Amino acid sequence: MQLTVGPNQFFWDAALWRDFYLRLADEAPVDTVVLGELICSKRLPFYQTHFPEVIERLQAAGKSVVMTSLALITLKRERKLTEELVEMGLEVEVNDLSVLPHLPAGAAFSVGPLVNVYNEGSFGWLAARGASRICLPPELPLASIAILAEAAPVPVEVWGWGRLPLAVSSRCYHARLHDRAKDNCQFICSADPDGRAVDTLDGEKFLAVNGIQTLSASCANAANQVPGLRQAGVASLRLSPQSEGFVEVCKLFRDLLDGKIAAETLSATALSRAPGGQYADGFLAGTAGVDWSGGPRRAMMG
Amino acid sequence: MMELVCPAGTPAALRAAVDAGANTIYCGFADETNARNFPGLNFSREELAEGVAYAHRRGSKVLVAINTFPRAGSEQLWHRAVADAKTAGADAVILADLGLLAHAADRHPELRRHLSVQAAAANPDAINFYASSFGVRRVVLPRVLTVAEITAINREIDVETEVFVFGGLCVMAEGRCSLSSYITGKSPNMNGVCSPPSHVQYVETRGELAARLGGYTIHRNAKDAPAPYPTLCKGCFHSEDKTGYVFEDPSSLDAKDLIPALAKAGVTALKIEGRQRSRSYVAQVVRSFRGAVEAVAAGRPVPPGTLASLTEGQAATTGAYRKTWR
Repeated sequence: MQLTVGPNQFFWDAALWRDFYLRLADEAPVDTVVLGELICSKRLPFYQTHFPEVIERLQAAGKSVVMTSLALITLKRERKLTEELVEMGLEVEVNDLSVLPHLPAGAAFSVGPLVNVYNEGSFGWLAARGASRICLPPELPLASIAILAEAAPVPVEVWGWGRLPLAVSSRCYHARLHDRAKDNCQFICSADPDGRAVDTLDGEKFLAVNGIQTLSASCANAANQVPGLRQAGVASLRLSPQSEGFVEVCKLFRDLLDGKIAAETLSATALSRAPGGQYADGFLAGTAGVDWSGGPRRAMMG
Repeated sequence: MMELVCPAGTPAALRAAVDAGANTIYCGFADETNARNFPGLNFSREELAEGVAYAHRRGSKVLVAINTFPRAGSEQLWHRAVADAKTAGADAVILADLGLLAHAADRHPELRRHLSVQAAAANPDAINFYASSFGVRRVVLPRVLTVAEITAINREIDVETEVFVFGGLCVMAEGRCSLSSYITGKSPNMNGVCSPPSHVQYVETRGELAARLGGYTIHRNAKDAPAPYPTLCKGCFHSEDKTGYVFEDPSSLDAKDLIPALAKAGVTALKIEGRQRSRSYVAQVVRSFRGAVEAVAAGRPVPPGTLASLTEGQAATTGAYRKTWR
């Protein structure tokens, strides 16, 4: 099984962004890295000047580099960004179906987790359209994944680690929490490099927000599900970037997939690195997404 | 005149909506193929055929929403729903899933296809993609767009647009939200439910009433105050130093006053949410909107609102239609 690093969902300082990917190139045992902006087109100008250097370094290290589309494309400027993305000539990860018509015939593309691929019909249609890899929506249970992967004409990827992308909106929650208009957000989401926690009135960890995106408070961790995923024929696990300790997480997953460590070891070792400090894998198990197969899901704020 | 598309969760609601002046009714089968899969709601095959006949006799149309995402290994349930909608005489099916659209275009090319809001086609590229790939004739726009954006979209597409004007308001891009399944295991996309009643609990502690979903407190009120239904994205939460409705207040959409602007934006049809609502609710809303649509068509102003008592928490919003909402 391979490892794919998904696009960074958060807004980081450009220097941090660059360092993160250079270190990833040099040290992380991963096969594919998806770069680019998924959440907010306004963030891109801050760090895109580093693309050429980072792409070169990643490719020199033998990693495939893929560029993601935005998750929600509404503005004219954002449609133009999509065109520019396609012109870069790298494989494009489609995270909004409106990207498809921008792809010239034969252009390499893959399908990201924010496209609704729930069944054989959708999977087959996208594969026939030329998708080279399909990362399934995190909501899918292992039972569905197994059916899709069994007959899959192209490799299937599944969300393996990181706060789960649960929703996108046109409303920016970071701006709203700071009583600012979206157009005058002053890039306040950069204050929360792994998302801003949203807790219940009882103080339970619940969700996290990141600009227009809502994520799980818990960190998804598919370690306990790897035997089932492997048996289903899943080709790769997706690890989602976080601001600290990410290379270590990548190494732990490589060791797990290589049979060098047990899932329990990975989970115990990585817990201090997990955004939100607790795990979830309920989506894969087919229960509530917040559930965790390795113990109690609920932890009070401490 | 703009077309008024009205919800029916039961045959009685369908007849009430037709009688109140709905141009078009939308409904679904009583199973997981539609996004309002609530107990006691929706239509059997026979009820749909009867409902279509009733509507057609009075010059109204019936659309069948088959707008969840088929479960892997069980696609035939959704395929059968499309075939049965056609057999019942439906004027169109409302679909969201790529694979189901491809199936319907291939197997039932003469059956008119509308794109569900659950497909969240939010720009002209997406809409033109669905139109050219699957022959979609109308798109229900996601509730993330301003009126100005809707105007711009209509200039770049050749298919009809339909927009929500009243009822429950999704805060997130529809069909792209798994908040409900994260907390309860049941989602709009897979099960046709959001924040389902089966996972709701009202718990009284220290003189307060907590409305919980999947065990998580979504609202807490004084015991005697009306407790809002714990829809996940309309809850009250903490985030660092802030406490409040992080995502959206418990309010619902009322864009009646925007009907002239939506007409000018090139919108073909206005949609009312609420297949889970009672017959009398539907009749009241449909009558009010029919009056508004007729007034606008005749060049008169929109009659003043009378629906405040029907909105969630008695609070209404124009949602994303106004840019300030964002």
